[in-house]
Amino acid sequence: MSMLSTTEKTYQELRQKAEAKLAPLADKPLIWIGTATCGKAAGALEVREAFKEELKNKGVDARVMEVGCMGHCYAEPLAVIAKPGFPALCYGKVDEGLVKRLVDDFLVHDDPCYEFAMVALEANDIFPTFADFPRGVYEEKIILEQCGFIDPEDIDHYLAKDGYAALARVLDMESPQVIKEVKAANLRGRGGAGFPAGVKWEAVAGQAEQTRYVICNADEGDPGAFMDRSILESNPHLVVEGMIICAYAVGASHGYLYIRSEYPQAIRRVRTALQQARERGLLGNSILGSDFNFDLEIFAGAGAFVCGEGTALINSMEGKLGLPEHRPPRLSTAGLRGKPTVLNNVKTFAYVPLIIKKGAEWFKNTGTPGSPGTAVFALAGKVANPGLVEVPMGTTLRQLIYDVGQGIPGDKKFKAVQIGGPSGGCLPEAALDIPIDFDSLKEAGAIMGSGGVVILDEDDCMVRIARYFLKFTQQESCGKCTFCRLGTRHMLDILTAITRGEGKLSDLETLRELAEDVQAGSLCNLGKTAPNPVLTTLKYFYDEYRAHIKEKRCPALMCPDLIAYYIAPEKCSKLCNACVGSCPVEAVYTREDGLKAINQGKCVKCDNCLKACPFEYNAVIKLSPPSLLEEKERSTK
Amino acid sequence: MISGIFGEMILKGMSATMFKEGGRETIIETINAVLAEHGARRENLIPLLQEVQERLGYLPKPAMEEIASALGVPAVEVYGPATFYNAFRLHPPGDHQIKVCMGTACFMIGGQIALDSFERRLKIKLGETTPDRRFSLDQVACVGCCALAPVVVVDNLVEGHVTPTRVDGIILSFETQQGDGKGEQEA
Repeated sequence: MSMLSTTEKTYQELRQKAEAKLAPLADKPLIWIGTATCGKAAGALEVREAFKEELKNKGVDARVMEVGCMGHCYAEPLAVIAKPGFPALCYGKVDEGLVKRLVDDFLVHDDPCYEFAMVALEANDIFPTFADFPRGVYEEKIILEQCGFIDPEDIDHYLAKDGYAALARVLDMESPQVIKEVKAANLRGRGGAGFPAGVKWEAVAGQAEQTRYVICNADEGDPGAFMDRSILESNPHLVVEGMIICAYAVGASHGYLYIRSEYPQAIRRVRTALQQARERGLLGNSILGSDFNFDLEIFAGAGAFVCGEGTALINSMEGKLGLPEHRPPRLSTAGLRGKPTVLNNVKTFAYVPLIIKKGAEWFKNTGTPGSPGTAVFALAGKVANPGLVEVPMGTTLRQLIYDVGQGIPGDKKFKAVQIGGPSGGCLPEAALDIPIDFDSLKEAGAIMGSGGVVILDEDDCMVRIARYFLKFTQQESCGKCTFCRLGTRHMLDILTAITRGEGKLSDLETLRELAEDVQAGSLCNLGKTAPNPVLTTLKYFYDEYRAHIKEKRCPALMCPDLIAYYIAPEKCSKLCNACVGSCPVEAVYTREDGLKAINQGKCVKCDNCLKACPFEYNAVIKLSPPSLLEEKERSTK
Repeated sequence: MISGIFGEMILKGMSATMFKEGGRETIIETINAVLAEHGARRENLIPLLQEVQERLGYLPKPAMEEIASALGVPAVEVYGPATFYNAFRLHPPGDHQIKVCMGTACFMIGGQIALDSFERRLKIKLGETTPDRRFSLDQVACVGCCALAPVVVVDNLVEGHVTPTRVDGIILSFETQQGDGKGEQEA
């Protein structure tokens, strides 16, 4: 053992302490509950209280632990029960009734209630595990591996699972060696652009200026994306460890995590993580007994999408307006306070400790040669099992949607997949066999982006979604470049007119021209990519634009100005009042003959009556164009 | 002493909640405390504004002027960022802040419908506060709970699957003060 270096010895002591603290708890039943933001919203805190209450009532000695996100958003709130003698079992959609049964039947009486269990966490002879489901077959968790399985607010859980071992190893290496390893792994930046992290690090390390900074970009502004939030809420130490390693490699002594203020829980959990890391000597002066000093701070963003762009982010950290700047100089030469700066995404840093531990070759075994490793996606929209998933690069969109996400719910037809947020595009059915990697998606007109994937079905209007994204970029345009500021505005006005049935066919040509101008005349990627949603929908869903313009019809029955709600007299039951009661503006009324009808002048198109109408009648229907209404009414008179 | 815009508001008979935001003295006290904590450096402007808003609920004009003079910059250099970033508000918020998520998934599944319902129900537009200052209505880009779409954040509590009926329920729960919009439980 005398061969151990100081850092290795210091690390082993920390780790042993952590293991010693956690070991005695292994004999007791353990209940863990996912309390990331999404779990909480689904009622995880009530479930936690119900468990505590019930354990007390029944006098059961068990521990309740809060964890992050397991990625199975569709089944929140989630609880896992690990009872010695049984495989750890995961239960979805837990409510108070189920809590009572689980405590009484399982913890008191040894009946694990298999009928309610979703999946077992470890292989066993009785119950299927994640690997037995299609999602488990395609999914390969690298950075999400421990998310949802360790307590993010207790550093000892991370330490006991080999956490910070990579840092201990790095501190005994020469810094160029660390960069060499990351470069060899061809780790491409997960923020969306895919720039190789190792190259960035090398550029910073090579600067003459000795004050350098490491910044983690957690300004996850894309609507529909929540990967970075989940990772920070579920396993903050993985990102912190990655940042410390990067700081050592590039010779930085100070760093920041730029987290958007819309993620208060992520900020809280990271703050706790930094505090605990400092207490254990993993941050601060002479880390793990070495002569390396580094500390981290949180900078809470103030809510500007453009600040996800590197130069704008730096400006906002310096207290200025978040306006992008010309590059070069790159951040690696002149970043924060004019000093060389590494800026990487949350996920990029999260891969680093694993690459150090397992080697560049291991990393390259997953994914495609051009884009090694995995991709983390937030699956949302019209998909049966939304959630946070991690699949190898090169997986096709079809596998992602139909196998991992279990397809479209409710017998609806797939229409498009929106990938890459406001900078990305909408891809149709025909594009589903494209492998997901940085380069293939770009060819199809979308981008990898940071990983938001929203699935759209036949009820979603493509013109409206294009308008939605353009409205977003138009609002978030910082105003610096004329084309982005005014061009997006003009495009938005055109799209608004089209969704109202006031468009002209020549508008589509204007849209295309404007799109090219905005792309060419904008400094940063916000403007350069803003037209993507419009261009891809025009390319793949031209017919929908045409229907809006020529027939004043919204084929997806979504644009409020182009639809009307109608109650079919032949289907309406006179005996039911559901629609009348559901209407917030008293537009639905009972006719003299007892049938229901809608006062179109009052209707606000809120969809309530359609949802309220019992499915055995299905009497409320949407019509487009609204002129169909007159025909219908004439025919029934 | 009653003066300035606060004085006017008090004189107009605004609700008693006004007093918790305080007058100029309270503002200066708050600013001094925040400056002492964070350091009066130009670079810290955004954390300073965040902290002041956290304590006062919004950024009153005198507060921005005080910060500017403490940092030794023209007021416009404080006013600029305060209006550039979405997180800052220049008007007092309502007692209950309702933020409708307008992320992609929420928008497609009915976020706009939820927003319309709130506007109709509270009789205010997006970005406004009710005259009795009980509710204010805003939108957020994405709170990252896309699987629960459409999502509304009510006083930092995330509500999932918000239909127009649920909108009525949320407002009713405040009006009757039965419970403060508990986490969404329906299937």
